[in-house]
Amino acid sequence: MPSKTASATAAPAPPLGRQRRGWPRPQGTLATRGLFFAVLLGLSVLFIYPFVWAISASLKPREHVFDNRLIPEVWQPSNYTEVWDIAPVLTWFLNSVYIGVLAAATVTISSAIVAFGFAYFRFPGRNALFGLVLATMMLPAAVTMIPVYLIWNELGLVNTQYPLWVMNLFGSAFYIFLLRQFFLGIPRELFEAARMDGDNFFTMFWRIAMPLAKPALVVAFIFELQASWNDLMRPLIYLRDDALFTLPLGLKTILDSFGQGGGGEGDYQIIIAALVISTIPMIVIFALFQRYFLEGIATSGRKG
Amino acid sequence: MTSGSTTPALGPRERAQRWASGFRKRETWAAYAFIAPWIFGFLVFTSGPMVASFILSLTDYSIIEQTSYVGRDNYSELIHDPKVRKALANTLIFTVMLVPATMIVALGLAMILLRVGRAGGFFRTVFYLPQMTPPVAVAILFLLFFNGSFGVINRGLELLGLPGPFWTTDPSWVKPGLVIMSVWSVGGTMVIYLAALKSVPQQLYEAAAMDGASSWRRFRDVTLPMISSALFFTFIILTISGLQAFTEAYTAFFGLGSESYSSEAALFYVIYLFRQAFEFFRMGYASALAWLLFVVIMVVTLIQTKLSKRFVFYYGDKK
Repeated sequence: MPSKTASATAAPAPPLGRQRRGWPRPQGTLATRGLFFAVLLGLSVLFIYPFVWAISASLKPREHVFDNRLIPEVWQPSNYTEVWDIAPVLTWFLNSVYIGVLAAATVTISSAIVAFGFAYFRFPGRNALFGLVLATMMLPAAVTMIPVYLIWNELGLVNTQYPLWVMNLFGSAFYIFLLRQFFLGIPRELFEAARMDGDNFFTMFWRIAMPLAKPALVVAFIFELQASWNDLMRPLIYLRDDALFTLPLGLKTILDSFGQGGGGEGDYQIIIAALVISTIPMIVIFALFQRYFLEGIATSGRKG
Repeated sequence: MTSGSTTPALGPRERAQRWASGFRKRETWAAYAFIAPWIFGFLVFTSGPMVASFILSLTDYSIIEQTSYVGRDNYSELIHDPKVRKALANTLIFTVMLVPATMIVALGLAMILLRVGRAGGFFRTVFYLPQMTPPVAVAILFLLFFNGSFGVINRGLELLGLPGPFWTTDPSWVKPGLVIMSVWSVGGTMVIYLAALKSVPQQLYEAAAMDGASSWRRFRDVTLPMISSALFFTFIILTISGLQAFTEAYTAFFGLGSESYSSEAALFYVIYLFRQAFEFFRMGYASALAWLLFVVIMVVTLIQTKLSKRFVFYYGDKK
């Protein structure tokens, strides 16, 4: 599936949460420690500056956008009301939320089901099929992009939002890999006990495995939510009506019509306001789920 | 699978029988029920389309007009297409700059983070934040910051007395600019290195220090080998994603009317493929382009894997 990069040659990945979480004690003299601290502070300013710049520029009148002051000389918060007026930003926002949540929920549940199949059972063909799962991660999305488009075209579903999430019903290699690792770490006795209590395979999966896998499920959910929120290519391919657009496509449209390139007059304060609107939800998600993002990446080796 | 470690070697026939007898078990059918969604998805959305894509690459399919079989024409066209050469060169140059830049910055940040004790947690969050910015937004920030005449980057260079280039319009500066902007979201790679660095046994450093190893020697002979599998892993991942770069460059340089002569310098391979397929509807040709990309990525990954055998050190036994 597109927008995922991970490799079959994964580094040895311990199950989530088993890595050392603490920070080593600082070494060296006070002076060197102070020096490192100062370097980090300086670098932090560099990394944070674009955010501060963008928020402040989004509150400036047009002719002040590039004065690079971090506190606007003249405040113009009306940029935000204007951007809702000139483009259906609220609709795009809701579309992004709707598609993102649907895409994340479906891929999490379906990948968990498949992952459990690979983790719990021993069956003929298992290793070969799991190898195939890993191999699909190496396949560039571009190879399947055109025929998949033709399938949706044949179904008459181009210019609808279905192509942006329905394929997630069938699991996705990276999350299958991640969740399988997690399921393998659950003691088998728990499942045997559930079988004794009269659970069938599915209720055992749903009652025992799923609740225990919550941390890994959260990781899968937020990773896919972010991937869906960021995706530009598939909305570009499938969506025509601007009422169906997601935020990235909407943002690109605003850039094309208000930037200087496409005959716009360089109303950058509007573009930047839209940019801030599309970024803040992800920052909030990160603030809420920081631990899951960082541990998910550290243990699975997925790079954003 | 459990194919006998204690039992005497079975003939191929017995092995096949034993393998097939697994299908008589209820468990096997339950297992296949669990993985059925993936099998369906694989057939319909991966393997089927792969076959279709190859067949398409032998035709002049365009959705709009009548299709005919053209044999190897698409492939011989792409060999002679100067734009393909340009796009491939752009993509390779970009990747060759992006991968080491990201790895070096990420490793540097991770190593400093580990030296300030618990404050490292706070700075890790700060350095990770850019990773949460949508790529379209990153591209717009690139256009604004790197603008030759009023962008903040050149204002900064001016203060230092350096003449800043026209990053977004001078073809020779477009890719370096994009690389610098991409390095801003180095956080994911940094977090992978942090985890790897934390798992290096502290005794190794102590032993090395006792032997009088300088800090450079400790870095070269302890740190690098001990995290080499993480380095290799990110090396591959970053290369694969670099070769498929699309969103940032497309947002900044392509689309409705925003094209200029500088777009040529940002014409990455997937952008060219995408435009052939969905803007000019040359889907047969685009399919051939996709297969060339597949081959390029495979070859590059294979070379990297071969190289890694010489450089990657596995601590303890690797199953």
